[in-house]
Amino acid sequence: MDPGFLDLELIAMQLFSGVALGAVFVMLALGLSIIFGMLGIVNFAHGNVFMVGAYAGVFVMERTGSFWAALLFGPLMVGALGLLIERFLIRPLAGRSPDDPLLLTFGLGYVLVEGVRILFGSDGLPFATPEELSGVADLGIGFFPIYRLFVVGVVALVLVALWYGLERTRLGLIVRAGARDPEILRVLGVDIQRLWLWVFALGIALAALGGVLAAPMRSVNPEMGNVVLGEAFAVTVIGGMGSLMGSVVAGLLVGIVVSMTALFAPEMASIAMFAFMALVLLVRPQGLFGKPGLGV
Amino acid sequence: MIRQGPGYSAVSRRTLVRGMAAAGALAGIGMPFVARAAEPIRIGFPTPVTGPFGAEAKDQIRSAELAVKQFNEAGGLNGRMAELLVRDDKLNPGEAATRTLELIEKDRAHFIVGALSSAVQLSVNEITRSRKVLYISISQSDTINEAKDFSRHTFHEALNPHMTTAAVAKHAFKKGTRVAYLVADYAYGHEMLRGFKRAAAAIGAETAGEILHPFGAPDYSTFMPRLRSMRPDILCICNFGRDQANSIKQANDFGLKKAARIVVPVLLHNQRLAGGADAFEGVVGASNYYWRLGETVPSAKAFNDAFRAAYGGALPTDYGAYGYTAVRSLLMAVQAAGDTDTDRVIAALEALQYDVAKGSERYRACDHQAIQSVLITESKKKSEMQGEADLFKILEVEPGAEAMLRSCDELGHRA
Repeated sequence: MDPGFLDLELIAMQLFSGVALGAVFVMLALGLSIIFGMLGIVNFAHGNVFMVGAYAGVFVMERTGSFWAALLFGPLMVGALGLLIERFLIRPLAGRSPDDPLLLTFGLGYVLVEGVRILFGSDGLPFATPEELSGVADLGIGFFPIYRLFVVGVVALVLVALWYGLERTRLGLIVRAGARDPEILRVLGVDIQRLWLWVFALGIALAALGGVLAAPMRSVNPEMGNVVLGEAFAVTVIGGMGSLMGSVVAGLLVGIVVSMTALFAPEMASIAMFAFMALVLLVRPQGLFGKPGLGV
Repeated sequence: MIRQGPGYSAVSRRTLVRGMAAAGALAGIGMPFVARAAEPIRIGFPTPVTGPFGAEAKDQIRSAELAVKQFNEAGGLNGRMAELLVRDDKLNPGEAATRTLELIEKDRAHFIVGALSSAVQLSVNEITRSRKVLYISISQSDTINEAKDFSRHTFHEALNPHMTTAAVAKHAFKKGTRVAYLVADYAYGHEMLRGFKRAAAAIGAETAGEILHPFGAPDYSTFMPRLRSMRPDILCICNFGRDQANSIKQANDFGLKKAARIVVPVLLHNQRLAGGADAFEGVVGASNYYWRLGETVPSAKAFNDAFRAAYGGALPTDYGAYGYTAVRSLLMAVQAAGDTDTDRVIAALEALQYDVAKGSERYRACDHQAIQSVLITESKKKSEMQGEADLFKILEVEPGAEAMLRSCDELGHRA
């Protein structure tokens, strides 16, 4: 390929696009990572929960006309659905083989897609960028959509909130202890079932938040979760299954890798993520921040 | 369970009785005695009812059913009625092949019409060609015209990439125009790119650069800095469906529309609905049909009116209209041939001139490609739309002419 088109501004802009895309990947991976890290469940419905989140956003937006309401109530609605899923579908499988919840969530993913097709049609719906966040910003090295900058900001806020909640509060301490040794925690008199219920709902709500945030960037359709599931898995596996820090670092790295590939070999942009994953796994089978031997 | 049991069966018995009564009434009213004796004309119709193009498929079915209904209401073929056998091909070449084979072997379909994606259509064509059954494809493709995929049983009612790109380029490109291409990296994108570049070379437009993107990519942000740095006058986006909606939306988010005009090979009704008015505003592309054609073309008005009357005021769409034009042309040929004999119907189709929805059309002898008009449309600004279905402005109607097609020689057909 002719490298004549390259200049510093373009490379800088490409790096920035990569980081911004990485923030989206972080958002996609967070919910998956939290649920696996705390409950040990690989949620195969994650991508479709993301999709349901986008539709919940459309639903709220159509009724209230406010993007901000959609951003708040969309994830809350889907989070409530998460409570029901944990209580009535996941919990009865406790103590059985770890394959069971995996199969369950796999099937649940199909149910969610068909449910949305029945309720909203198979066509896809438009979701306009909110007025106050539309337009482009001049970054000095190039132009970038204001909405995407906003998404980066929201992801940063969510990360700070999660970090504070997990590392600086008593509840966070219990959650972390529960992830390490649920037996001891139960012996100490903590209602671990209730803890798992809320952690699961949190993971689901985060996936849904990702969906609402993505809706103005992509068209909303029943299949939008399929690609997302693969991307979220690649990021969590690269970062180390269950590690929050891993998800953040891996998400940003993957964004940059995809973006740089898009510059030099655009048709390889989607493959690049998985090639990168294979490479990381060859060197560190447990992922960048994963603990060795943490099997499913 | 106990409470529900008897109630359920009572409802179902009642429904059954009602259904039987209705069926009996229909048979009695609709058809004279001869019709009941004669074997119906069976048209197999594989189309992706489920999956991402379900909306287009449903429009195809409704349009095709309308064509069948009109044929039957006019008395059929001397009282012999037509029926449409719809099958879901799930947008999957293997599934389509199985369904087509079933239609031919088990349901004894006389003809096959349908398919929506180019890979699926080629797979249907494989089957019909080997079974010597007449097939009218209604999916965009250049390949199906070429000698290696062609057989005398193969007809192509849809536009092909060569025609659409030439028409769009003729309208949008000027000498010296700088064109940047964003292209989906699979057969459809490649065919469209090839068409545009060929037209651009003839007009004298320049290529500012081209980017191939992976099929089905949800995010195009990483291609935008590079596209912008090409400083194009026109950004030509060659992809389809969801990819088209997403890439146009994101090009718009990145402000590319302010710097360049966006053109696409095919501008579709349902994708514009899913993408939204703001994202598509000002985008120019080609299509086979748009309901506003009814303002200038009498057969289009008649088609709109019949469709509205049959489907509660709904309007026909582009890909849907193919279902109508293809089935109508087939049934006209059956009428002319006098029976369902494949060879006689092929001869009748080759000789047919038909105007059923968009002005005069005919199938070219060498490759059975329908020579027809191409519409150049522009997506309307939200504030200029009069009603929800008023999506596009017709900029130009490029009349059908053989010069729009690649020559028979080039396609490998010997005279």
